[in-house]
Amino acid sequence: MGSAPEAAPRSSTHRNPLVRWLDERFGWEDLLAPLRHKTVPVHKLSYWYFLGGITLFLFIIQVLTGILLLLYYRASANEAFESVQYIMTQVQFGWLVRSIHSWSANLMIFTAFAHMFSVLFLRAYTKPRELTWLTGMVLLFLALGFGFSGYLLPWNTLAFFATKVGTEIPGQIPVIGKPLLIFLRGGEEVTGATLTRFFGFHVALLPGITTLLIAAHILLIQRLGMSVPPSQEAAWKALPPSKREMPFFPNFFARELMAWYIALGVLGLLAALYPWELGSKADPFVPAPAGIRPEWYFVFMFQTLKLIPAKVGPIDGELLGILGFGVVGLIWVLLPFLGGDRYGRRQVFIRGLGVFALAYMLGMTVYGYLAK
Amino acid sequence: MAGALKMKLTRQLLSLTVAAGCLLLPATLWSAEARPQVAKSSCVECHSAFPPPTGVSEAQWAADIHAQKGLSCASCHGGDAKDPSPEGAMSKKAGFRGKPKRTEIPALCAKCHADGAYMRQYNPSLRTDQLAQYRTSVHGKRLAQGDTKVAVCIDCHSVHGIRSAKDTRSTVNPLNVASTCSRCHSDANYMKDYKIKTDQFAGYSASVHHEAMVVRGDLSAPTCTTCHGNHGAAPPGVASVENVCSTCHVFQAQLFDTSPHKAAFAAMGAASCITCHSNHRIVHPTDKFVGTGNEAICTNCHAAGDPGFAAAGRIHDDLVKLDEALKRSAEVLDKAERSGMEVSQARLEEAQGRDSLTKARVTLHSFQPDKVEQDTQAGMKIAAKTYQAGLQALAERDYRRKGLGLTLITILVVLAGLRLYIRQTESKNQSGGS
Repeated sequence: MGSAPEAAPRSSTHRNPLVRWLDERFGWEDLLAPLRHKTVPVHKLSYWYFLGGITLFLFIIQVLTGILLLLYYRASANEAFESVQYIMTQVQFGWLVRSIHSWSANLMIFTAFAHMFSVLFLRAYTKPRELTWLTGMVLLFLALGFGFSGYLLPWNTLAFFATKVGTEIPGQIPVIGKPLLIFLRGGEEVTGATLTRFFGFHVALLPGITTLLIAAHILLIQRLGMSVPPSQEAAWKALPPSKREMPFFPNFFARELMAWYIALGVLGLLAALYPWELGSKADPFVPAPAGIRPEWYFVFMFQTLKLIPAKVGPIDGELLGILGFGVVGLIWVLLPFLGGDRYGRRQVFIRGLGVFALAYMLGMTVYGYLAK
Repeated sequence: MAGALKMKLTRQLLSLTVAAGCLLLPATLWSAEARPQVAKSSCVECHSAFPPPTGVSEAQWAADIHAQKGLSCASCHGGDAKDPSPEGAMSKKAGFRGKPKRTEIPALCAKCHADGAYMRQYNPSLRTDQLAQYRTSVHGKRLAQGDTKVAVCIDCHSVHGIRSAKDTRSTVNPLNVASTCSRCHSDANYMKDYKIKTDQFAGYSASVHHEAMVVRGDLSAPTCTTCHGNHGAAPPGVASVENVCSTCHVFQAQLFDTSPHKAAFAAMGAASCITCHSNHRIVHPTDKFVGTGNEAICTNCHAAGDPGFAAAGRIHDDLVKLDEALKRSAEVLDKAERSGMEVSQARLEEAQGRDSLTKARVTLHSFQPDKVEQDTQAGMKIAAKTYQAGLQALAERDYRRKGLGLTLITILVVLAGLRLYIRQTESKNQSGGS
């Protein structure tokens, strides 16, 4: 049996006794050193840097409010709706916790998409930040997974039928479609078994993977530093004294904190003025109400699938749409590897692609809401 | 070379023909299966070229349920439908009897339709008492007296294109019965000899029963035959009106039987339900029907000072009070719901309050104010509770908004503090740096 070599005693001169205590034992100051030395470039597009932080803040809100909801929520078809109703009407500030949870989920997906497009247009995804992009894209998909699984949990009519339609879509994929549908639903139909497993995905599987990936994403950002837009980089290269930076801590952090407070204010405003509605309890035996559509962030895909004809040549239209979205999603994830050099000509094409994708998503979403 | 090319072309043409045949054959078989199988008839071949009334188109005949069940023209008209010559097909020898007289039609149809053993093979649940019923009807009685203007089978069921009553295109489908009856009964000129009104269809078209049938598509809603009978059609007598209405409105009839009106109406020779609700133009009743106001039906018999007048006023007041209380509660709950408050429990109770009002409106058929009051009081308690729930929800909404205001002020203070901190830190750094 060997024993670990005893660490040499450290001495600290820090004024704060708690920090001194930590510093003498764990080298607290050494741990914080990278943060103290980390700088953030200052230029006219610096405000885009806040988006990632706001998304992280909203995720933290999700975790905290999610834990509070878990105190009362019951994940079964017989009790889910009633438990959420109880949270909304009987539990002290239950309405606030649930409304903040639902609103911050939607805002988080919005800021995650905005963050992704800002990174794309500022070319921050290119070498050496391929892995940061990759982890970020997976995090975006996980956020969509959170949204899809969480939508069903109140077990109300809209969620029930939206889940029914939503799980039918992957069911169209050749070969793996049917087993995938059965895996997602826990059977052939959307039942209490679906609710139980969606609950499992929502509170255990997805948070676990997401936390690990957020850690990796932040570590990569810390390691690689903040990306500077190519135009700004060129200007600074031409005139080095014009380069401006600010320390991450406390200057940028204090600004980020301001952004978080503003986000908190917006969340409070939305939760108090527009509490998240509950609807009526799901009844599998009644026909689907008219105008069933998924959450807003899936509407562009849903509307596209609706517009594709039933048959495109010999291929099933819906299947073609699903495969199309799959291919586009894969290309999007692999953009840093397909885009080539940061200053290359392909970047112009990718920017155009980004503009088109953004316009398409916005256009189809608006169309989806306006179409009968 | 040319021969080989020709052979190749011939082979390709043959293959194409076989392939096309393989594709078309199932399609042909399917379309043949989809059309009802009707036996070829030499009668229709000629008569399809004639104008009505002797003309019968192939499509009309193919839609007829008798043709679909394998019957031919000869089943009613005699003769030989297979004989291609008119002389042979319509010969006396083949039993041809031509167009039946109107007075003969009920008996002719009854030859099959009154034969239980025969009808069982086509539809075991179909009644076979139509002729017996018809003979008890006003139509049947008058026909027996030689009045050929009255309805016989074909007037209601049509002829040569008779569809099953379940078919929505049938003239006797519940959706079409009223308009079928109205063809004669709304024709003032046609009905002038009978000295009966011709406004039944206009009245029915404005009734709740018509609305239920046509607007809501409720085929169980009453139409002419529901109250008058179909084959035995006759107006219900004064004494039997209540029995007719009570086949659906069970509780109202039971309560009416216990009411002081039962004996009073009988003494007056007034028919029960229709005295207040009318017969064909049965409009949606409102609380104004009962009471002492201008629109109240009660004032037709009751005058100020008599106990019935006071009772009517009390019943009306109780109903109106509950209705207003429920409306007031609904208004508050609507307002709370629009503000995003969760009031589904109160909504559920509110529905129970509405049930109490409905129950009270049924109970009023007892014409006993105390009984009605029992129901309205139960509803009033619920309405008061749901109204309070709505007020509480609105108070909670205001509390939330005040909380939001305080939170936003706190956030603004923190933001200002942070801004100040940033400014101080950066100016300190700048002065330190310089």
